Amino acid sequence: MELAQSVLKGDRLALARLLSRVENDTPEGRQALDALFPHTGRAHLIGVTGAPGTGKSSLVNQLALGIRKQGQRVAIVAVDPSSPFTGGAVLGDRVRMRDLSGDSGVFIRSMASRGSLGGLAATTAAITQVFDAAGFEVILIETVGAGQSEVDIARLAHTTIVVEAPGLGDDIQAIKAGILEIADILVINKADRPGVETTERALKTMLELAHPVRKVFRHHGQVMELNGETVPQEGLWIPPVLRTVATDGRGIPELLEAIARHAAHLRSNGDWARRERARFQAEFDLRLQEMLMERFLANVPAQRLESALESIQLRKCSPREAVSLLINDKN
Amino acid sequence: MTERKIRVLVAKPGLDGHDRGAKVVARALRDAGMEVIYTGLRQTPEMIAEAALQEDVDVVGLSILSGAHMALVPRILELLKANGQTHVRVFVGGIIPDEDVPRLKEMGVTGVYGPGAPTEQIIAEIRAAVSGVAA
Repeated sequence: MELAQSVLKGDRLALARLLSRVENDTPEGRQALDALFPHTGRAHLIGVTGAPGTGKSSLVNQLALGIRKQGQRVAIVAVDPSSPFTGGAVLGDRVRMRDLSGDSGVFIRSMASRGSLGGLAATTAAITQVFDAAGFEVILIETVGAGQSEVDIARLAHTTIVVEAPGLGDDIQAIKAGILEIADILVINKADRPGVETTERALKTMLELAHPVRKVFRHHGQVMELNGETVPQEGLWIPPVLRTVATDGRGIPELLEAIARHAAHLRSNGDWARRERARFQAEFDLRLQEMLMERFLANVPAQRLESALESIQLRKCSPREAVSLLINDKN
Repeated sequence: MTERKIRVLVAKPGLDGHDRGAKVVARALRDAGMEVIYTGLRQTPEMIAEAALQEDVDVVGLSILSGAHMALVPRILELLKANGQTHVRVFVGGIIPDEDVPRLKEMGVTGVYGPGAPTEQIIAEIRAAVSGVAA
């Protein structure tokens, strides 16, 4: 309780300590989250994801600098992978964020993924809630270097930026399902490198397939009209494709502008609230599962669990049958 | 997930540009199951203390090969204290003359390691130092 109050008053040491309690999912951390929850809901959560080496950290660094110039306070949550073998991690995102040190309006926290596979850690969402309550207006969330299915960020963030770099794949990669689909904004970073046109063309083609638009064009001298399929164009967000060079800041003002436009778009068409609701629904379901399981298991003798597991291993019954037996037996 | 991870900030204060040692130690601590926040080269004492605060680390490991340890280390210890991070244990590695080791320890440094120090020793001493601190 005490920590939560200090966090609301702007105590940075208390904030740092509370983030650890929340990250470690301690009882104290859970209590503080409950106490802070009424103070959340103000921050704009911006996710930055993409393959390793595309420049996510450098881009986050530039975005934070730009947002600070607009006068908003920025929190950064940077997630890097934990070793699946030892559980250890080297969290190196701060190396690219040295421009931000010395600014008390910025707070950077590195997180290890600790076994989660969706590109975030299990407690990343809770960490963003603490920052939100602490009054950070913008929270930048940098995911683990993502491949094709680390898409948890889209459920957490209001605005998801997918970072690509020239030369990372052809147009077939661009039409596969997964990470490109979750983009609200597509960024081609390292745009000073060769191949940027090819990457841009592939991404734009992918977007046109996903968002058919009505086109009028001339073909053999005749005016022809090609109707977009069924998608209503009104209120539809079509992800812009932007070029940046994060090492020198090129393209960053345009990216900030696109982020602001996206936030305005979400608020005007009601998607801001809808996304939030979907996120809370998911968290509600998760907590319900956890608590029901905890409550159920508290009344089952360890011996019964053991024998259930054994009968599964002996192929006497399937895992589903064993659980069904256990649950029905109880009532 | 109930086991509490030891969090270590590995930093290179000052102006020398040799970070191989820091990287070897960072890697070894990772393999020992710790979470290592690596900050990179040429950090000021202020940057290090601020990062240690934001990351709520248990341990700060400083790699110094420039000979400036007697200026940098006290400043960092002072800033950590000023930030209220009295529980943080500080370890120093690099080129440190023997006669400076007791002086650094007197200031509050927990361990000092020179070239060739076995990483197992560093890991064991970090574990011992942290387990003596309340979570």
